[in-house]
Amino acid sequence: MRHTISVLVENEFGVLSRVAGLFSGRGFNIESLSVAETADPTISRMTIVTVGNDQIIEQILKQLNKLIPVIKVVDFSGTDTVDREMIMVKVNAENETRTEVLRLVDIFRGKIVDVAPRSYTIEMTGDEAKVDAFLALLRPVGIKDIVRTGKIAIARG
Amino acid sequence: MKLTGAEIFVKGLADLGVDVIFGYPGGSVINIYDELFKNTKVRHLLPRHEQGAVHMADGFARASGKVGVCLVTSGPGATNTVTGLATAYMDSIPIVVFSGQVPTPLIGNDAFQEADIVGITRPCTKHNFLVKDTADLARVMKEAFYIASTGRPGPVLVDMPKDVLMASAEYAMPKEVKLRGYNPNYEGHPKQVESAMRLLEEREKPVLYVGGGVILSNAAAELTEFARLLGIPVTTTLMGMGAFPGTDPLCMGMLGMHGTYAANMAISHSDIILAVGARFDDRVTGKIAAFAPHAKIVHIDIDPTSIQKNVRVDIPIVGDVKDVLKKMLKLAKAPKVAAACKKRVAPWRDEIARWEATHPMRYKQGKGKINPKFVVEKIYELTKGKAVIATEVGQHQMFAAQFYKYDKPRTFLSSGGLGTMGFGLPAAIGAQVALPGALVIDIAGDGSIQMNIQELATAMQYRLPVKVVILNNGALGMVRQWQELFFDAKYSQTCLPQIPDFVKLAEAYGAAGFRATKPEEVEGVLRKGFATPGPVMIDIQTDPNELVYPMVPAGAALTDMLLV
Repeated sequence: MRHTISVLVENEFGVLSRVAGLFSGRGFNIESLSVAETADPTISRMTIVTVGNDQIIEQILKQLNKLIPVIKVVDFSGTDTVDREMIMVKVNAENETRTEVLRLVDIFRGKIVDVAPRSYTIEMTGDEAKVDAFLALLRPVGIKDIVRTGKIAIARG
Repeated sequence: MKLTGAEIFVKGLADLGVDVIFGYPGGSVINIYDELFKNTKVRHLLPRHEQGAVHMADGFARASGKVGVCLVTSGPGATNTVTGLATAYMDSIPIVVFSGQVPTPLIGNDAFQEADIVGITRPCTKHNFLVKDTADLARVMKEAFYIASTGRPGPVLVDMPKDVLMASAEYAMPKEVKLRGYNPNYEGHPKQVESAMRLLEEREKPVLYVGGGVILSNAAAELTEFARLLGIPVTTTLMGMGAFPGTDPLCMGMLGMHGTYAANMAISHSDIILAVGARFDDRVTGKIAAFAPHAKIVHIDIDPTSIQKNVRVDIPIVGDVKDVLKKMLKLAKAPKVAAACKKRVAPWRDEIARWEATHPMRYKQGKGKINPKFVVEKIYELTKGKAVIATEVGQHQMFAAQFYKYDKPRTFLSSGGLGTMGFGLPAAIGAQVALPGALVIDIAGDGSIQMNIQELATAMQYRLPVKVVILNNGALGMVRQWQELFFDAKYSQTCLPQIPDFVKLAEAYGAAGFRATKPEEVEGVLRKGFATPGPVMIDIQTDPNELVYPMVPAGAALTDMLLV
């Protein structure tokens, strides 16, 4: 099963590689990982999406907790959270497709951030399903490039 | 007053109560060596290889319970410590390795003698540090010792760039350590402890499965009292040797791959296993699916990651085993509990006694070749079980575990988790530094001893009277045994036709050397060797065909034992 794990860590060099090394060294897989400073500049938050059965996830959570610079670990599965991902996608924008792309961007509340003679670059945020749906609709137009941030998540309330 | 990084380092060691370090100089740490030259508080021992230095610190820590300390230079000095760090990491031994590093402006430039040692040792240390500012050095030292010695102990590395050692800062050694991400849980949950005791009271075939955690938390006395009070049979892992007296009638010896028949049968037939400071290593469990099929499992460990890792656990108790055992003892001392348990368990002890009687550890010593098991038993007899035994890794290590009885903790020093050949001699040297009055013996194989034999020079230099007994069978015996049993006796690269004359080699280092080639010579040679002052190497030429039995083949169930 897929799990979204939020990890508060000391904001110091080398922590990311400790966390990533823990996953690679024990044969766990990371689907996505995003990290940045929190409101407290001495603390960073990592959001990690990973897959595993109960036993593997239990090990991942315990092993993360065991790292000295890790302050708190929360598994968001089964809890009430808001999660988002951001993408930037560059699509073909020839004469006949320009309107179609604009319409999709509007429906999905995206934003055109760059225009070129033959392409648009679009910024869009949403949960995973929305991002996937948007990309699926853009595919026939012709996607040239995609960049995704990976999921970030926060507890509700 | 401002001090240089090198001065802070040396003063810091003294303030942290370190009186001995094992180190090897080099360009990046030359400033520290200049300080050590002036300082008289910290004793410095010079090994002949950095790997030797780490194993010495490790042996020192195992024998004394204190933190072992190493100092090495950057690059190769640092990378030579990796095996020692991994060894200490697997066995949870508290050591701190200080490595020199090239000056900060050169880091990442492939400078002379540069290695990313923080990156290299990340997976084999409990934690590691790169000190970037002289002002942080004292605090980092304090944190390193704290992390190494608390919770589940382990090795810590501190990397110190040369410019950090040369620059000056105020000496600021904090009184306390505060790490918001590190709060080991020492106190076992009382409810869990109660549930475990209640479960125990329902069961008839309990087994105490005891690991190195009992020794690390200095809980041997509590464990022994608990087992005797309730009459519960005990089996120990290799790392748990000495946590419970090997001569006690309740002691079934070691379990697992080369465990006793009784211990493995008891585990397989038990209805409750109390795992104390042990981690269900694959050398212990054999085939997981067939491990203790009838037993409920209570697992006491300070490290939550050890619990539920290999086997399903019915009652997990996270905490220091000493604290948990104290709580259990209190419950066991309630009226009738102990007496009832002893009575209930009596038929089970009889069953175990029958297994012990039908399949004891045994061997034959004929007139021809020397049986290595006979040698270990002779060592036991002559030392009356009072020596500190270090081992290398291989057949001799298993013989030393099977045929010497360890009554006290910290008297059997062996690389359990990593299985590091070349561990024994430097570990014995470290133990001898910690226990100057003790008889310290390295039971070695001819293969392993050649991996760090240069440390004989260290033993000589500091007059550390370690006794090395080589069970010399002219082979890498354990691998040869596997080839014999599972690869049609095709001895691929496991025979050592070119072995040095160990007696002459000992003499070349200035030590005494003795040799036995016949069974009737063994006792005399051992006596003479142990009575000779200073380091001694005793070469005993043993029968290469004597194998380690019983044996559970890798991946088989504990009940599928190859007996003699």
